[in-house]
Amino acid sequence: MTTTAQPRVPTDTSRVGDPALSPAGRRARRTAGRRRFGAVVVLMGPFFVLLTTVFLIPVGTAVYLSFYSDDQPGLGFGPENTVFVGLRSYAAVLSDPTFLGGLGTVALYCLIYIPLMVVGALVLALLLDSGVVRLRAVAQLGLFLPHAVPGLIAALIWLYLYTPGISPIIDLFARADITIDFLGIHAVIPSIVNIALWSNLGYNMVVFYAALQAVPREVIEASVVDGAGPVRTALQVKTPLVRASIVMVAIFTLIWALQLFTEPMLLSQSSPMISSRFSPSMYIYDAAFTRNNYSLAAAASVVLLVCTITLSYGVTRFTSRADAEEAR
Amino acid sequence: MSTTDSSFLRPRLLGRATVNVVVAVSVLYTLLPVLWLVLAASKNRDALFSSDLLSVGGFSPVRNLQDLFAMDGGLYSRWYLNSLLYAVLGAAVGALLSVACGYAFDKYRFQHKEKLFGLVLAAVMVPQTVLALPLYLMASEAGLVNTFWAVFIPVLFNPFGVYLGRIFSRGYVPDEVLEAARVDGAGELTTYVRVSLRMLGPGLVTVFLFQLTAIWNNFFLPMVMLSDQDLYPVSLGLYQWNSSASVSPEYYSVVIMGSLLAVLPLILAFVLLQRFWRSGLTAGAVK
Repeated sequence: MTTTAQPRVPTDTSRVGDPALSPAGRRARRTAGRRRFGAVVVLMGPFFVLLTTVFLIPVGTAVYLSFYSDDQPGLGFGPENTVFVGLRSYAAVLSDPTFLGGLGTVALYCLIYIPLMVVGALVLALLLDSGVVRLRAVAQLGLFLPHAVPGLIAALIWLYLYTPGISPIIDLFARADITIDFLGIHAVIPSIVNIALWSNLGYNMVVFYAALQAVPREVIEASVVDGAGPVRTALQVKTPLVRASIVMVAIFTLIWALQLFTEPMLLSQSSPMISSRFSPSMYIYDAAFTRNNYSLAAAASVVLLVCTITLSYGVTRFTSRADAEEAR
Repeated sequence: MSTTDSSFLRPRLLGRATVNVVVAVSVLYTLLPVLWLVLAASKNRDALFSSDLLSVGGFSPVRNLQDLFAMDGGLYSRWYLNSLLYAVLGAAVGALLSVACGYAFDKYRFQHKEKLFGLVLAAVMVPQTVLALPLYLMASEAGLVNTFWAVFIPVLFNPFGVYLGRIFSRGYVPDEVLEAARVDGAGELTTYVRVSLRMLGPGLVTVFLFQLTAIWNNFFLPMVMLSDQDLYPVSLGLYQWNSSASVSPEYYSVVIMGSLLAVLPLILAFVLLQRFWRSGLTAGAVK
C-alpha cells in the first residue's frame, strides 16, 4: 500500500509566467488553470467534507473526550461540569484488568488467526495456480462463497453449528463418544478464529490468485529449466513475487482482527465464557453505552487506535526492511 | 490462465492427488456450513432440533417462509428493505464520491497532494469502533440519533475506494484523452462525466461492490445509532431475534430462514457483476 512519491510540483504549472507567451495566451492559460482548480474542488470536495465529518472530527473528539470528564456522568440536567482530567482516563483504562484481558484475548486471537489465514489462503492460491487442480473455477467459486455471507450471519451459522442439540457436528462427535464444547473456556478463541477464517479465506485466496496470475510466465519457465520442482517453484519463485499482496492481506487482516466485535458479541448471547468486555471493541461499547462513561470509552478507543497504527506501521517497516536486506 | 503449466510442471501422480484432496477438503469446509443453512432453513422445528437434517421428512420451507414474514408483525420485510436502502443507495453514492476523488488525485496536480492522499490511506486503518462513540455524540447533538441518516451518512465514507479510484483512473483513463478533450474546448467536469466516468465503469462497479458488501455487513454502527426496530438493518434485527431465541425457541427457525434470505442479495450481486470485480481485485492486489 505504498504510494509512489511524486516530485513536488507548484500548485499549477500553467500559472508560472512564460515570457514566450502572448498576453492573450497567458490569460487563456490562467483561465484554464482556474477551471482545473474548480474541477478539483468539485471532484474532491464532497469526499473531503465526508472525511472531515465522519473521520477527522470524530477522531479529534475521541482524543478530546479522553482528556476531559463530566463531573456528574449520567445526569442529564444541572450545570454541566466538564473538567480536564489529564491522563486519568488512560490510567483507569490501562490499569483495568478487564481491558488488559481484552487486549490479551485479541493478541492471542491475532497470533492464531493471522498466520493461519495468510498461509492458508496463499497455499490454496498456489495450489490452484499450479494447474493440477481439477474443476478450478468451481473450486474457486466454492471457496469464495462465504465472502457473500455477512459477518453476523456467518457468526449465526457457526453459533448454531456450535450449539448442542442443533449442530450435526457435535452430533457426529457424540456418536464417536467425543464430547466437545465449542463455546467452553479453552475452545472459545479457536471457535471465533474458525468463524473469521471461514468468512475470509476464499476472498484472500482470490486476491493471491490474481497476483499469481500476474507473475510473468517466463520467470516460471526459467525456474523449471533450472530444474526446480513445482514445490520449489511455488515457494522460492512465485511467493517472493507476490510479496506486496501478502503484506496487503496481512495488514488488512490485522486491522480487522484488532476490531474483533461482531462474532464474540453474538456468541456472548450463548456462551458464559464471553463477558461483555471480551475484546477492546466490546469494552469500548460497554463503557460508552452500558456504563455511559464517555471518557473511559474514549481513552480505550485512543489506545486501540494507537495499537492499530503502531502494528500496521510495524508490519510495513518490517517487510520493507526485509526487502532492503534481500536487495543487498 | 496457466493451463500451460501442467505440460511442463508435471508432478508425480501422488502429488497431484494430494493437491486435489487438499483443495476438495477446503471447498467442503467453505461449502458445508452454507449447505447446512439451506437444509436447516427448509426443515421444521422438530427436525431442526433432532440434528437429523439428512432425513427425508420434516420439510416445511413454505411454512418457514410464512412464519418469517409474519413474525412480530412482518418486521423482517421492513428490515430487508432498510438493508437494501442503506446498502444499495449508500454504495452507489459512496462509490461515485470516492471514485471522483481518486480520479482527481490521479489526474490533477496541486499542493500537498501526496499528504492529503496519505491522510486518506490513514483513514483506511482507523477502526470503526474508535469512531462510533464520537459519531454517536455528534449525531445526538444534531438530533439525528435513531434516524435513517445516522447510519446512512457514515457508511458513505470509503477511503479505500479513493485508493482504488486512483489506481483505476491511472489504468483506464489515458492522460491523452483529457488533453484531447481540452483541445476541443470541453470543460473539465464535462469531460469527467461524459468521457472519463465511462472508462472508469468497471472500477466504479468494483468499488460499489466492495462498499455494498461492507454496508450489508455493517452491524456495529446501527447497533450504536438505532433503537427503533423499524429502522434496523437485517443483521441487527437477526441479532435481536437470536437473543430472544434462548427464551422462546420459535425464533430459531425464523432466524435461520432470515439468515438464508439475507445471503441472497450479495450472491446475486457477485454473480451478476463477476467480470468487474475480478479485474478490480487484480488492480488492488498487484499494486
